[in-house]
Amino acid sequence: MDLITEPLGYAFFRSGLAVSVLVGLLCGLIGVYVVLRHMSYIGHGLSHAVFGGAVVAYVASVDFYLGAGAWGFAAALIINWVSRRRRIGADAAIGIVTTASFALGVALISKTRSFTTNFEAALFGNILGVTLLDLAVVAVVTIAVSVFITLFYKQLLFMTFDPEVAPIFGMRTGRVDVLFALALAATIVASINVVGVTLIAATLIIPATTARLLTDSFGRMLILSALLGATAGAVGMYLSYWQDVSSGATIVLLEAAIFVLAFVWTSVGRHRSAWAAAPVEIVHGRPQVFDDL
Amino acid sequence: MTTDLRDVRALRGPSSPLVRFENVSASYGGPAVLEDIELELPRGGLIGIVGPSGAGKTTLLRAMVGQVPRLRGRVLVDDRDARSGNPARVGWVPQLETVDWDFPATVREVVLMGRWSRSPWRPWMTGGDRTEADRVRDRLGIGGLGARQIRELSGGQQQRVFLARALIADPVLLLLDEPTSGVDIRTRDEVLHLLADLNSQGVTIVLTTHELNSVAAHLPHVVCINRRVIAEGDPDEVFTAPILNATYAADLRVVRQDGSVLVADAAPHRLRDALRHQHDGYEHAHHEHDGMPHQHALHEHDGAAHEHLPSP
Repeated sequence: MDLITEPLGYAFFRSGLAVSVLVGLLCGLIGVYVVLRHMSYIGHGLSHAVFGGAVVAYVASVDFYLGAGAWGFAAALIINWVSRRRRIGADAAIGIVTTASFALGVALISKTRSFTTNFEAALFGNILGVTLLDLAVVAVVTIAVSVFITLFYKQLLFMTFDPEVAPIFGMRTGRVDVLFALALAATIVASINVVGVTLIAATLIIPATTARLLTDSFGRMLILSALLGATAGAVGMYLSYWQDVSSGATIVLLEAAIFVLAFVWTSVGRHRSAWAAAPVEIVHGRPQVFDDL
Repeated sequence: MTTDLRDVRALRGPSSPLVRFENVSASYGGPAVLEDIELELPRGGLIGIVGPSGAGKTTLLRAMVGQVPRLRGRVLVDDRDARSGNPARVGWVPQLETVDWDFPATVREVVLMGRWSRSPWRPWMTGGDRTEADRVRDRLGIGGLGARQIRELSGGQQQRVFLARALIADPVLLLLDEPTSGVDIRTRDEVLHLLADLNSQGVTIVLTTHELNSVAAHLPHVVCINRRVIAEGDPDEVFTAPILNATYAADLRVVRQDGSVLVADAAPHRLRDALRHQHDGYEHAHHEHDGMPHQHALHEHDGAAHEHLPSP
């Protein structure tokens, strides 16, 4: 029991636990859309773009959340817009916009040498150093994104499944795309101080991909992904405390371990059902497989 | 094996056009995909759009749902402008090859999408939604498959799911983009029977197809396009060598036998000669290599392969 209660005696752990559960939930929710839109690289890319924005905000003496948020939102919109051009794919659009933004951040850092240490938290995450403001921002973004996903459930699902056909069926895709870009940018900005630029892509992709392995229903995938993210956040924090390992890395490693388990479990299950479902009849010494579909 | 859909004509009298293209030109930002289209499609019709790749078949369909970015002229569906904020009810069935079959969507979820524009803000489905989804699935013979993931279905069932999604909105016009592309003969026949049934129940259907003999020739009405409308009407009258040659810019001939129309390559021997020439060339080269500088390597390879063969 002490394993669970002892760390809770420390304020930094309580804040870290709360924020890691919320970030796990938030990234688990939005990650489902990222994975199903085949934009897994966007988490990695946008976090780099936001890093550039954070440096610009610092240099311009603008609040981190405001500067990085506006920068991330603009980057997400540009990616969206560029990837709609027929000749440029989403992956290339992400690569161009986000690396350019990251390069700008690096250039500014090299020009102004005094603040390199301030950005270590943004690069590698610092769950144990979260402030009340960080916690409040993560909580507000989690609530806002949850409301957005609930209200726009049908439109987001249709657009994710069939973006070309959704407008034909009366879905207002342009407006929802902009709101989704805003939600994604807000998620990354809110999470960046917690898990860091380098690990945020994993928290977006791994829970959603694991959930996809475990269910064929979109609604269940959404719930499962959020639960997996939140659980990995909580358990990862405790493991990090007791093993004295970086919290962000522990959470991501735990999510990866769950993914491997789910992958093995579903692969074995599929092999079994494939053998059970395909009756094989030996006719004249040759196997014939009958498919009743 | 293939359904003759032309019998459906007998059920209809003369009717007013459901779709009117008035001097329509369209593009996606580059060269025009459609030019000066003047076309009327009859209400209650079962119409095939044929033409070569890039002729503008899918764009013609997209124009009927107001989804072409640069369009000049006017497309009226049931007397409403297709680009207006209040377009007519039109159902759309995409090419099966464009569907993401790994997407975690059940048959029930996909079918219900066709009804979502009525209540886009309500995240849950109502009893009315469920009843309507069950009704349309039963109508199409996929009643028991609601909980199945879409990849788990046969080709014919998959086509029915997307037909159900289109029909649940009770459309006046049903548009299908290459509904028989990439499916086997049995599924193709199943889909055509289904379309004939729906058409006989009063749904106007427009489909695009590449298959002149197995699909288009059996429809009551076809439109030949290649950026412009080349001809339209009964395939018995429209499928002539001059019209098809103008549509496809190819050398085609039309064979008529026992009331059937068969479109064939006018010079199949040229294709055969070209293919055989390639093949002969390959054999010739292969034989040359057998006796020439590569001989050693080939023999080495043969020897290695034989070592692993089981003894007879």
